[in-house]
Amino acid sequence: MPKITYILPDGLETVLDAEPGTSVMRTAVSHGVPGIVAECGGNAMCATCHVYVETEAAEGLPAVSDVEDEMLDCTASERCANSRLSCQLHVSEDITVRLPETQV
Amino acid sequence: MTIQSTAQEVTVLELDPFSDEFLNDPYEAHEQMREAGPVFWLERYQLYGVARHDEVSQVLADHETYVSSRGVGISDFAKEKPWRPPSLLLEADPPHHTKARHVVSHIMTPKVLRGLKEGFQERADELVARVAAGKGTVDGVADLAEAFPLEVFPDFIGLPKDGRENLLPYGSMVFNTFGPRNSHFERAMERGAKAQAWIMEQCQPGAPAPDGLGAKIHAAAAEAGYDEVDQAKLLRSFLSAGVDTTVHGIGNALQCLAENPEQFGYLREDPSLARAAFEETVRYSSPVQTFFRTTNKDAELAGIRIPEGSKVLMFLAAANRDPRQWENPASFDIRRKAAGHVGFGFGVHACLGQMLARLEGECFLTALARNVGKLELAGEPVQQLNNTLRGLDSLPLRLTAA
Ligand code: FES
Repeated sequence: MPKITYILPDGLETVLDAEPGTSVMRTAVSHGVPGIVAECGGNAMCATCHVYVETEAAEGLPAVSDVEDEMLDCTASERCANSRLSCQLHVSEDITVRLPETQV
Repeated sequence: MTIQSTAQEVTVLELDPFSDEFLNDPYEAHEQMREAGPVFWLERYQLYGVARHDEVSQVLADHETYVSSRGVGISDFAKEKPWRPPSLLLEADPPHHTKARHVVSHIMTPKVLRGLKEGFQERADELVARVAAGKGTVDGVADLAEAFPLEVFPDFIGLPKDGRENLLPYGSMVFNTFGPRNSHFERAMERGAKAQAWIMEQCQPGAPAPDGLGAKIHAAAAEAGYDEVDQAKLLRSFLSAGVDTTVHGIGNALQCLAENPEQFGYLREDPSLARAAFEETVRYSSPVQTFFRTTNKDAELAGIRIPEGSKVLMFLAAANRDPRQWENPASFDIRRKAAGHVGFGFGVHACLGQMLARLEGECFLTALARNVGKLELAGEPVQQLNNTLRGLDSLPLRLTAA
């Protein structure tokens, strides 16, 4: 099972086993990881599931779609080169993400 | 997906989900349907139903098998001509749907909506304070739940002041026609016919005010290559789906808060719960109760074979109270995490206006928390029966100003 490491804004880390194919958002929400609001439930419509991908070789990740790209322009915390919507990140390999200061 | 010849038997139910009795109070029947099995057969209408959160989500997510282009109501467009030209959004599949959806999502972004918040909040505060200052009982539906969206939404689109009263009968008609041709369907068609002409006029390119969302949709649609007829159709989706749903969401929230004074107490203490309170309302008392899909090929769901060309009725509101998914599903609790409900659907057809609806709900309930000290029922709420929607006709309330 792929492992997802969440780095919270205060530096604390949570590591979770993810069902292959589920999203970084869904895994966080179902385990009560704070800091991912995911108001729209994973439809790429709210931009409140923003994360920064810290994994170096992130080739295995799905590409950013047009819709995700637009939505990333609407995040409450600054958009960086490694910004993603965690509801669009379906993982098959280990991944580390850092959570932004705020989602709303 | 392979179809096994050993597919399980499906439970047959005789109940009528479009009868007055059901529409008035669907919750016991919802329970019966969830317990009947993951998929059941509605004998009266000769179609499949799903009422558990898991199966409803699966049908919503698999838009290739369970298509929308054959209609999201009871009638199959492959066999019956729809009463109006199909929507480019609601009644379409990818790739056509993807293109149309992008035109809209590109314009109505969270950033644009954030920019509306201050103005919406001011108007909500003004309205609620004014109504709360009055003496005697008020109608929570006409005076509040209808008044607020009918003020901010048409302004946002850029519609003229005159004629806005047409928005409600039109929306009610559209949602009623997803059901069978019962008395609600027929009456809604009658009442809606007059409204329809006005709606079509407002949807024409050039009709909405140049600085509103309507004009922006027309411009973006034109740029994407849609002709004038389709530009009008895209705007029509907003006017169909954007008003009755929000009105019912706010009306149902008022009812839930009046019937659960401790919950209104939490909201009063902490008005920042307003958004969560609206979300919980959409879960607990879902304005959109049902939608249909049609199987475009033989399918199998939870071990049950569903042949090509079957209508599948998704009970969104039943899924939102599925005990497999929620703790104490039948209690209204604004402090719970209601995210994950399917009240706005899910997947490629998830409600495009959901962030706007949340904004309107949040602003309204924030205003309620700030301006109203006490909220009491002053009579029996009256349901407005609709083949798809759940909402009120009237809600007698006594408000005490804060
Ligand atoms: S959950 Fe809303 S954009 Fe990801």
